[in-house]
Amino acid sequence: MEHTSLLERILRGVALTLVVIFFMFPIVWIFMMSFQTNETILRIPPQLVFEPTLANYTALITGKLTTMSGTLDIAFMRNLWNSVFLSTTSVAVALLLGVPAAYAFARHKFRGSEDIAFTLLSFRFAPALLVLLPLTLYFQKLGLANTYIGLIWVYQLICLPLILWIVRGYFEDIPADIEYAYRIAGHSWFATFRKIALPLAGPGIAAAGLLAFIFAWNNFVFALVLASADKQPVTVGALAFITSSGIQYGQISAAIVLSITPTLALALYAQRYLVEGLSLGAVKG
Amino acid sequence: MSASALTISGVDKFYGPIDRGVHAVQNLTMEIGKGEIVALLGSSGCGKTSTLRMIAGFEEVSRGTISVAGRQVHRLAPVKRNVAMAFEGYSLYPPLTVRENMAFALKAARLPKSEVDSKVASIAKLLEIEDILERYPSSISGGQQQRASLGRALIREADLHLLDEPMGQLEPQLRAVLRGRIKHFIKERGLTAILVTHDQTEANALADRIAVMEGGVLQQFDTPDRIKQRPANLFTGTFVGEPPMNVFEAYVGMNAGKINLRLPDGLSLDYDKDAFSAPVRDELLNRERVVIGVRPYAVRRSKDGVPATVSANQWLGDQTHIAADFAGGSLVLVEHDRTRLELGAPINISIDPKNLHVFDQASGNAISHGMELA
Repeated sequence: MEHTSLLERILRGVALTLVVIFFMFPIVWIFMMSFQTNETILRIPPQLVFEPTLANYTALITGKLTTMSGTLDIAFMRNLWNSVFLSTTSVAVALLLGVPAAYAFARHKFRGSEDIAFTLLSFRFAPALLVLLPLTLYFQKLGLANTYIGLIWVYQLICLPLILWIVRGYFEDIPADIEYAYRIAGHSWFATFRKIALPLAGPGIAAAGLLAFIFAWNNFVFALVLASADKQPVTVGALAFITSSGIQYGQISAAIVLSITPTLALALYAQRYLVEGLSLGAVKG
Repeated sequence: MSASALTISGVDKFYGPIDRGVHAVQNLTMEIGKGEIVALLGSSGCGKTSTLRMIAGFEEVSRGTISVAGRQVHRLAPVKRNVAMAFEGYSLYPPLTVRENMAFALKAARLPKSEVDSKVASIAKLLEIEDILERYPSSISGGQQQRASLGRALIREADLHLLDEPMGQLEPQLRAVLRGRIKHFIKERGLTAILVTHDQTEANALADRIAVMEGGVLQQFDTPDRIKQRPANLFTGTFVGEPPMNVFEAYVGMNAGKINLRLPDGLSLDYDKDAFSAPVRDELLNRERVVIGVRPYAVRRSKDGVPATVSANQWLGDQTHIAADFAGGSLVLVEHDRTRLELGAPINISIDPKNLHVFDQASGNAISHGMELA
C-alpha cells in the first residue's frame, strides 16, 4: 500500500468532508424542513435546533392541508400512487418493446435499421413543449387526454429511446459466437435470445430500466399538460402546495422526502445488484 | 471416403448487395468425403472463415448450394444442419462450468446422464482438461478455454465438425500432442472435420486434404504432399512451405544447345537441352517470359553455380537458413549442417532442373514441376 503522510491524510479528509457536505446539504436540509412548521422554517436566522413535528406528514397522508385561511384538500397520496403506477407501467411497456427491438438492432443489420434507431433516439431531441402542443390536440380528438393509457404512451418518448440505446450496446458487447454456439447445439433463435442474450445483457437491462424509471418519475411537463388532478404524478401534484396563503414549505419538504424515497430505495437496491451483475458477467473473449 | 459429407457448389458470398458488395468467396466448389479431414488454409481475409460460417449457417449463401450428407442445407437454420462447431473466440457460456459447457449439447439431445458423464470424461482426458471441469470459463486461461470449446464440438455426434482455428492459443508442445490425439479421435470415430487455419504446419499435420484459399478464390484443393510438390499456381507455391519458395522472373532462351533462363543482373541459369523432359522443354521454349520457383531445401551451393552474396545466416538449432542477394532479389537456402559463412561472402548456387517449378508469367498458373507438366 502506498504510504501517505499525516498532513496528506488530513487534507484529503477535509476535502472529502467538504464535498459530502456540499452535495448532501440540500437533501439533509429538506429532510429537516419536513419535520418543521412553516414558522420555524422561515425564522431568521435559521436554526438547527427545533421541535420536530409530524404535522406535515399527517397532512399529506390524510390529504387535509390546514393553512391560515382554512383547510384544503390535497391529493398527494393519490399523486404518489399515480407516479408509481405511471412510471412502473411505462418502464414495463418500454422494456417489453425496447429489449427485443434493441436485440434486433444489435444483431440484425437490415436496410434502414440505423435510420430507424436514430429516429427513435431523435424523440429525445425535440423540446417536450414543442411535441406537447400538437399532441394535446390529437389526444383530445382520440379521447386519450387525461387517461393512464395516454400518459403511458407519451412516457414512451422518455423510456423507449433510453432503453433501446443502452440495451443495444449491451447486446452488441456479447460476442455473437456465444449465441451461434448455442444455436448450433440445437436451439432455436428465440431460445437463444431468452437463454443466452437476455441473461448476459441482464445488468444492462436493469440499468436501463432503472434510468428510465427515474426519468419517468421525474417527468413534469407531460403530465402537467395532458392530465388533470386525479391522474397527475407527484411532480405536478407538488404545485398544490403553493396556496393562496403562502407556500407550504414544510409540506413540500415532506412531499419531496416521500417522493424520492421509492427512487432512492430502488437505486440503492439496484446499485448493489448492478455491481454484482457486472462483476459476475464474465463475457470474456 | 465413400459418400459425400459436404458438397459446396458454385457458392458466392457477398457482404453487401449481391454483385456489388465485397465478394468474399468466389464461385467455390468442393466436395468432401465422409471421414475426411480437410483444412481451409489461407491468410486473413481469404474467405476461409466466411466459408465455414456459411456451412454452419451463420452467414447467408449469396449464390450456389451447400449440401451436408446429401441434404441441401444452405437455406436451413443452423439448428437443422446437424453440424458441430468450435469457435475461434471459444464462445463458452459464461454462467456454466467447463463440464456443463461440454455436456450442454448432449443434454439438449436428451442423452442419459451416465453416458454424458463418460463422454465428458473421455474428451476431457483427451484434451487434458480434467482438472478444470468444475471451473467457470472466466477463471481459466485462453488455452484452456480453447480446449473446452474444442471439446464441446468434438463431443457431439454430427454430420460435420467445423473447427475454426482450433489450436491457435495452445502452447507449441501441447499443440503437437493434441494434434495427434485429435486426428486419431476423429479418424477412430469416422467423423468428418473441416478446420480453418492459417498455420500450415497444423494443416499439414491434421488434414487429409488442404484447400488453399486467397482473395476468396480456391487456389488448390489437394493432399498436403501434392500441394507442396505440385503447387497449382504461384500463390500456393509461395504460400505453402516454410521458408517460402524462392521465385524469380526469367526470360527463356536457347543458345548453343543450352536452355537459358536469363535472370535480372545479367545472370543466367543454363541447362542442357536434355536436362528437361521433352514436353516441359517444348512448353518452356514456347514462352518468352516465365516465373521460376525453387524450394529453399532444393538450392545447392556448388563451385560452378551462379554467383550470389550472403546477406544473412541463421543457425536454428537443427538447420541453417542462408539468405543471399541474388539476381536483384533475395534467395533463401536451407542446409542441414551448421554453415560458417560471413555476411557478404560470395557463394555460388545451382538448382537441379528436377526441382524447378515453372509458372506462367501472366496468370501465375503452374506450367511444370521438375520433369512433369502441371
